[in-house]
Amino acid sequence: MAEAKLINPYPDALTEVEMRYCPGCTHGTAHRLVAEVIDEFGVRDRTVAVATVGCSVYAYEYFNTDSVQASHGRGPAVATAIKRVHPDAVVFTYQGDGDLASIGMAEIVHAAARGENFTVIFINNAVFGMTQGQMAPTTLVGQRTTTSPRGRSTAEAGWPIRVCELLDTLDGPAYIAREALSTPQRIRSAKRSIRRAFELQLAGEGFSIVELLSTCPTWWGMDPLGAIRHIEDTMIEHYPLRVFRDRPAGQQEEAGSDA
Amino acid sequence: MPKVKVDAERCKQCMLCVEFCPRGVLKVSDETNSRGFYPVEMDDESKCTGCGVCGLVCPSVCIEVYR
Amino acid sequence: MSEERRRVFISGNEATAEGGIAGGCRHFFGYPITPQNKIPEYMAEHMPEVGGVYLQAESEVAAINMVYGASAAGARVMTTSSSPGISLMQEGLSYMLGAELPAVIVNMVRGGPGLGNVAVAQSDYWLSTRGAGHGDGRCITLTPYSVQELHDFTARAFELADRYQNIVMILGDAILASMMEPCTLIPRTEMPPPDRPYAVGPHAPGSRERNIINSLWVDFDVMEAVNIRNEERYARAAAEITEWDEFGSDDPQVLLCAYGISARICEGAVMRAEEAGVRLRLLRPKTVFPFPTAPIREWSERVGAILVVELSMGQFVEDVRLAVEGRCPVDLLGRAGGNMPSVSDVLAKVRQVAAKAGV
Repeated sequence: MAEAKLINPYPDALTEVEMRYCPGCTHGTAHRLVAEVIDEFGVRDRTVAVATVGCSVYAYEYFNTDSVQASHGRGPAVATAIKRVHPDAVVFTYQGDGDLASIGMAEIVHAAARGENFTVIFINNAVFGMTQGQMAPTTLVGQRTTTSPRGRSTAEAGWPIRVCELLDTLDGPAYIAREALSTPQRIRSAKRSIRRAFELQLAGEGFSIVELLSTCPTWWGMDPLGAIRHIEDTMIEHYPLRVFRDRPAGQQEEAGSDA
Repeated sequence: MPKVKVDAERCKQCMLCVEFCPRGVLKVSDETNSRGFYPVEMDDESKCTGCGVCGLVCPSVCIEVYR
Repeated sequence: MSEERRRVFISGNEATAEGGIAGGCRHFFGYPITPQNKIPEYMAEHMPEVGGVYLQAESEVAAINMVYGASAAGARVMTTSSSPGISLMQEGLSYMLGAELPAVIVNMVRGGPGLGNVAVAQSDYWLSTRGAGHGDGRCITLTPYSVQELHDFTARAFELADRYQNIVMILGDAILASMMEPCTLIPRTEMPPPDRPYAVGPHAPGSRERNIINSLWVDFDVMEAVNIRNEERYARAAAEITEWDEFGSDDPQVLLCAYGISARICEGAVMRAEEAGVRLRLLRPKTVFPFPTAPIREWSERVGAILVVELSMGQFVEDVRLAVEGRCPVDLLGRAGGNMPSVSDVLAKVRQVAAKAGV
């Protein structure tokens, strides 16, 4: 019998630094999937990670690539410029829902509208994690957070924002998908989407975003398994999983050039 | 012979691997690591198929699977 | 790309933009705001001629963060705006100082506070010399007073930004931006990329360690070290690039202190000093951070009084007072909201100041 082989080697694109995330938080899973994709394309020395503000603020310590730490919400503006300076770089932002959908809404929408050729990894756990569990724009109606202690009320705080659906109204994006990190099957599917997003960036097709429904056991007040069930039973209903846009390579549109 | 290697120091005892293991071959150990977590360890290696699900769901990226 | 120096009749905005290109700027990110719109328009028109990038950002907030990203990626980069836009950029400036990144920022100052107006003002002196958002960092601040200096200072700013690994701010105003004067243009040349071993971007495998651009320093000592490095840069800049000009009597009774457009008015006052019956000299800083403390201090021991003229209710005057440290009276002629003192107004105030000081 042949010697057993390691089937899931630790990715080169992750450093050895231990991630500071809470037990059961799926940020770590997302990091690993992105790192595996970088390794698979062999582009680690061309990659620039843009870390933002939130629990993943230390992403630059975890991704074993050149990295830039951006201010809160501005990752897409920073990534835009890096890509304009180095069109041959592989650039991705790693943003949470507070960063991307609250303070950074303008930057993400305009980067998408311009079809900027970078990839966005969007972690949606429906809560501000790092600042200790406040309501996010993605917090579900009725969800209790430290700033919606009686549950999010639409009368007070309106409705949660569905980012993929919103960006899907724009002509710029080449790839838009929502996945979840809740089960083995879904994690495999998320990896396929992340791979496709990077593939389209490498083909110069323009803006790609993969939203990942992610757990926050700590601020949801659940154990890790309960948090997984919460994604399955509640979040997916509000945030349907699908590929919204997948522009085939070589079909970059010239938006607005009707002539 | 498939084998699962858990980096006990990095395991945060979230139990996702134990939950999702299709053969139920993992369990928490009796001893804590230096952080006070009870890391996951192999319970019954003879039943392990090396499917890799534990490594796939591990958010701490601390499980190596050999097959 | 002729090596010959071309002399043209050009607006301050255009001279600034062309100065940027001549200084090696190949990435420009901006957002429209009066009175500096001719700069992004000029860049949109002319950047392609040098293979550069012009991009209109969705806001000043995005623009300054694009500047941050481009600088991190190793580019000579610039943005321009006017007062309310510079307010919006403060966060990005602070991050750049925290990450120790070079960039060139131009502020064509307009009336404030608030939306203010689009007229001439110098009320962003504190914003430039004390600003750059939260934290201890400062912007090296250059104060041109002519179209030619807007051009020259902007071109030079890129070299200074890299030398001190710091933001360089060009402090203009609504009149300098719009007025037209003859200007000798610095020829455009191909420049090697700036030497930034810390920049991110594609590199040969194994050719270097990975680079990280960051302004998050949780460790107290590391955070303090950033501040100490910045202070050392400012001390070096003070020794190396503090610049000012002087004009007028060698034995003045009253020293005029003014920068930028106010210095133009004061030049007129010095030329007509006889009308006031007071011997006058003008000291005009070309840099206000670093500040020409030494020459102002020296003059303060030899004149009866100093009169500061500025288009604000009194910001620049505070630095003059800090330099003088009570050695002589320091008075202020300040106007705001787009109003400017005439040469006669300056002379009238000079007479008052001289009388009060008994000279």
